[in-house]
Amino acid sequence: MLLEVRDLHVEFHTRDGVAKAVNGVNYSVAEGETLAVLGESGSGKSVTAQAIMGILDMPPGKISGGEIVFKDRDLLKMKKEERRKIRGQEMAMIFQDALSSLNPVLSVGEQLGEMFVVHRGMSHKDARLKAVELMDRVRIPAARERVGNYPHQFSGGMRQRIMIAMAMALEPSLIIADEPTTALDVTVQAQVMDLLAELQRELNMGLILITHDLGVVADVADYIAVMYAGRIVESAPVHEIYKAPAHPYTKGLLQSIPRLDQKGQELYAIKGLPPNLLHIPPGCAFNPRCPMAQEICRGEVPPLFEVARHRESACYFWKETLDAR
Amino acid sequence: MHAEPGSVRVGGEPILQVRDLVKHYPLTQGILIKKQIGAVKAVDGVSFDLAAGETLGIVGESGCGKSTVARMLVHLEQPTAGAIRYKGEDITKLSGRALKAVRRNIQMVFQDPYTSLNPRMTVGDIIGEPYEIHSEVAPKGDRRRKVQDLLDVVGLNPEYINRYPHQFSGGQRQRIGIARGLALNPEIIVADEPVSALDVSVQAQVVNLLDRLQAEFGLSYVFIAHDLSIVRHISDRVGVMYLGRIVEIGTDEQIYDHPTHPYTQALLSAVPVPDPMAREHRERILLHGDVPSPANPPSGCPFRTRCWKAQERCEREVPLLAVPAVFRPADSPARHDSACHFAEEKQVVPPEGLLETPGETVVGKAVSQEKADESGQEDPPGPSDAVGHEDGPPSSGSSRAG
Repeated sequence: MLLEVRDLHVEFHTRDGVAKAVNGVNYSVAEGETLAVLGESGSGKSVTAQAIMGILDMPPGKISGGEIVFKDRDLLKMKKEERRKIRGQEMAMIFQDALSSLNPVLSVGEQLGEMFVVHRGMSHKDARLKAVELMDRVRIPAARERVGNYPHQFSGGMRQRIMIAMAMALEPSLIIADEPTTALDVTVQAQVMDLLAELQRELNMGLILITHDLGVVADVADYIAVMYAGRIVESAPVHEIYKAPAHPYTKGLLQSIPRLDQKGQELYAIKGLPPNLLHIPPGCAFNPRCPMAQEICRGEVPPLFEVARHRESACYFWKETLDAR
Repeated sequence: MHAEPGSVRVGGEPILQVRDLVKHYPLTQGILIKKQIGAVKAVDGVSFDLAAGETLGIVGESGCGKSTVARMLVHLEQPTAGAIRYKGEDITKLSGRALKAVRRNIQMVFQDPYTSLNPRMTVGDIIGEPYEIHSEVAPKGDRRRKVQDLLDVVGLNPEYINRYPHQFSGGQRQRIGIARGLALNPEIIVADEPVSALDVSVQAQVVNLLDRLQAEFGLSYVFIAHDLSIVRHISDRVGVMYLGRIVEIGTDEQIYDHPTHPYTQALLSAVPVPDPMAREHRERILLHGDVPSPANPPSGCPFRTRCWKAQERCEREVPLLAVPAVFRPADSPARHDSACHFAEEKQVVPPEGLLETPGETVVGKAVSQEKADESGQEDPPGPSDAVGHEDGPPSSGSSRAG
């Protein structure tokens, strides 16, 4: 296994109390595999990713438990310098908003080349050639002429390609993409997603795709982990989860998206709001919004039940959820 | 009355008629002596009608001019040319008291509920502010009660009247924005991406709320969004914009099931569908490149630089928004306005029922059958009572397909 997150806990100490952002997350990614982590804002999907990358703001954040095992070594036990070597070299991240993640006063060539100067000790001249090569690879037209351009001179889709190029630069074995296409238009979204999937196949990387969009995930992921209030509530191979979700939250999400091929009467809506992380409801965090909630759901946090091979659901009534059509 | 582009074919008198609306932002050079060197053609000739009680969806990618159209409709931007007729009266020419009266009837709901509410005002002040300007709607002593009624209407607790925006979640804030839009009892609401900043599970709640309010108050909506699925859900008619123009407009069946403009087809085919099986049924049209700059749009058809059908004629001649000649005689379901020289029908969205609805598989059925057999006395859970919410059945896909 390339990466294994084991029972990870992250909390934030705020003025109002302790916000429990991640409460015991387990997931793993193998080489050449794509894991989609799905969740709404506040579900802990990005915080988990930041913990893996080692870019969590500490304080106020605090990793209060768990292990992150990358290539058989626990990242959380490493020294800062060791982790810095891994970051960029062996694992890289693609952020949602390319415009604010790129430095506006440096040309894209300099920013791409910097990777090679810092990590590989190349000269600036060679690094620039490498930058052109990378831009070609992510299919930015006229790369040679545009290598000296600044981020604002590129369109949103092109900027996201530059982010992808930067992440790919040192051919890492793991890429974490946090909402890589959310800020893009649909027609450009498809181009960028295709590019990402293609490069992943080529380099046989592990990819963690963080998103809230069930549609984007369907096309590229192998496995899906659905997060809610800092926990994984369901994980499954991608085909199965869409066919028959085993957790009421996943099911509600799938049903609440309007579909292109149907003009519905009224949309199914999950009632209520996602929980406040300062006061996560006891028992199953989803119980106040769940149509199937019973007494037991308010008592104890449901463990992950094995639904089938490679499938888990944190619902006492997973069977009923699967059966109910 | 002869049919003009984008006009309503059936139904009553249009409440809003937009004709050849143009908005150009000048590009200038020089500091002291400003010289105009060009213009960003944000909106370049948009025409449509809105009937009373109707929802017109406008879709397009960023930079296509859809938000500029919205801002002109509510008079936040002055058009460079063109007319916006509200009940026959051109509001772009109004000023003073007459304009104020019209503005009361056309209100806006903004995209971002985090920045469109003043953080230093209480909810009561925010929703009640329109009454400061239009004091004839609610006399002073009556305002608090009115605001509380509005909170109730949009599904918020009326006791929250003294709270501040930061005490609410995104979905609740958007409800506050909607309540403010409703305060003056408008006839038209222009909603610019009202749900795109919200989480998936909350989006549905707000869309349902908008639906309900329309029925309750007989509102007309101009619903602007980039999400084609949501637009289909809420709209009676849909207009597709590209680079400052409407390239195709028609009823929702015409646009989604019988699109004739290549851009609409590409847009529809690019929408990610939450169903991995759908890949096998769908043809994806991948567009190359980006949207051209509106400061320097291509000659002829604006879409020709990305179009796979483009020919020499597209470069020379601007295609007009009208029913294409091929579809004119026949009583074809594709008979609607499309601005393409080579319009042809292409089915991009698979017909309903071909895609599986979540939770409705053969496996699921078999299991529930088995279970019903074992237990005997128990009814297999139905579609709505097992997971449904009292608001309605989760999906009607299977019943209609079967």
